[in-house]
Amino acid sequence: MQALTSHRHMQLYGALLLLPAAVLLATFAYLPTISTLINSLFLPGIRGEPPVFVGLENYQVLIQDATFWKVARNNLFYALGTIPTSIALALAMALFVNARLPGRGFVRMAYFTPTVLPMIAAANIWMFFYAPQIGLFNHLLDVVGINGPNWLGDPSVALFSVIMMTIWKEAGFFMIFYLAALQSIPPDLKEAADLEGTGRWSFFWRVTFPLLMPTTLFVMINALINAVRVVDHLFILTKGGPNNATNLLLYYVYENAFSFFDRPYAATITVIILLVLAIVATVKFTVLDRRIHYQ
Amino acid sequence: MTTAAHANHFVPRRRAGVPRLETLAAWLLALIWIFPLLYAVWAAIHPSEFVASFELLAPLTVTNFIEAWNDAPFARYYLNTFLMVSGIVIGQFIVCTLAGFAFARFPVPGRDILFMLVLIQLFVFPEVLIVENYRIASGLGLIDSIAGIGLPYIASAFGIFLLRQTFKTIPRELEDAARIEGCSWMGVLLKVYVPLAKPTYLAYGLVSISHHWNNFLWPLVVTNSVETRPLTVGLAIFSAPETGVNWATISAATLLSIAPLLIAFLLFQRQFVQSFLRAGIR
Repeated sequence: MQALTSHRHMQLYGALLLLPAAVLLATFAYLPTISTLINSLFLPGIRGEPPVFVGLENYQVLIQDATFWKVARNNLFYALGTIPTSIALALAMALFVNARLPGRGFVRMAYFTPTVLPMIAAANIWMFFYAPQIGLFNHLLDVVGINGPNWLGDPSVALFSVIMMTIWKEAGFFMIFYLAALQSIPPDLKEAADLEGTGRWSFFWRVTFPLLMPTTLFVMINALINAVRVVDHLFILTKGGPNNATNLLLYYVYENAFSFFDRPYAATITVIILLVLAIVATVKFTVLDRRIHYQ
Repeated sequence: MTTAAHANHFVPRRRAGVPRLETLAAWLLALIWIFPLLYAVWAAIHPSEFVASFELLAPLTVTNFIEAWNDAPFARYYLNTFLMVSGIVIGQFIVCTLAGFAFARFPVPGRDILFMLVLIQLFVFPEVLIVENYRIASGLGLIDSIAGIGLPYIASAFGIFLLRQTFKTIPRELEDAARIEGCSWMGVLLKVYVPLAKPTYLAYGLVSISHHWNNFLWPLVVTNSVETRPLTVGLAIFSAPETGVNWATISAATLLSIAPLLIAFLLFQRQFVQSFLRAGIR
């Protein structure tokens, strides 16, 4: 009897401990998620009328919205442009820094520093590089007699420019995960390979790289989330332009909600983002968690 | 280090270090990576006519910083950012400690399902829900307040997860001993669990500080006055092309807003890197 009341007591106590987090999560995560789904089924009422239920009409509009498809395609290219390159660079950086290297401390610091800058500051700095006339890139290209492109003004180059900046910002962050993983690889593997005369290149591909696979997957998930979540730099660099050439999904949500004041449509696009994130989450919880051993 | 030296005994001359070509590549990459920041420093400490011409003996100046400081209320932005970041971190510590403790040690009914629900927030961030969160914040009268910037982040799934993991590794014997001595649950939490989780708090705190110092989208949406805007939003408004501010001043303003975090990072590099690692590998 004593044990039973004590168990009840513990249950209640635990529930009370969870209460603040539960209230906050409900208010700022679960309720908004649900109301996003609901709002995507309504149209705003005209002249103060209550919103009208329209079923999937917003989604029909979305499917026919050429800008939406452009933005979605941009986001896909953005992900494809940033993720593999940042991962490859991060791995290279980690391998460099993990080996004995003169001035290793400085090199590691240089790689990692962009990570601690806000995206807005990074974009401000890169703005100088990209500016059409006086920008540093075109200034340098001018010296060697090349007429540089309009990095942010030319629709065929702008997304590439945004991607380049993102890679610079992200690679160093991913490096530290590779670095930690590299340091956990037992050194006797390398010694054994050396004794057998295995080349460095084949050692990398046949031993190091497969051992780093869980890290690569982890980094990939993070990079995917960032590719839909972080659009801060667009506010400085391009504002999604020219002609939506660099617009990304979340920025398009922002535009619809706070520039065009079309909240239901913004909610509809948000649902698409949530869907993408749900897929990423499912992949993480099913594929990844089975492979990575948690402490 | 010792293992590398050890390996050298067995395999002389090989693995003595990175071959030259790789050293060169590593350094080249490092220089490219640090260049943008160095360039911002260059532009900020020289008169604006030297923004794109690198002359070693160009005169140094602090006028860009003074101009930036006077042209926008940076002192106020600093204060706002400071209040926001400390408020968020304190709030997160309290709320996530309580929740992490409950998940680690209390037989709450449906605990595993609840925990999965919490983990969803690792993917659904306040930024993604800006439209609805804006509506909720305005319903609660939180628009244009520092509390409004911070509240959506307080119940951080990430913090709850990290602290739960840490608390679970703490041996129950310590807890039992404290209980026998008559400690209440709060006493156990504060005297046993929290002190033993110090490294986790440090790691989580540093990651959270850097994240919120740099955060932009939600603060942009929820604030609309000088009294609440954090540095990132203030900087974005200051450097908008429409304002016609020159680049030397923008560089100075950019450096001003990143300085505290950057200096802290340079001083405590090891702790920063370790924190990001500890927080990331989960």
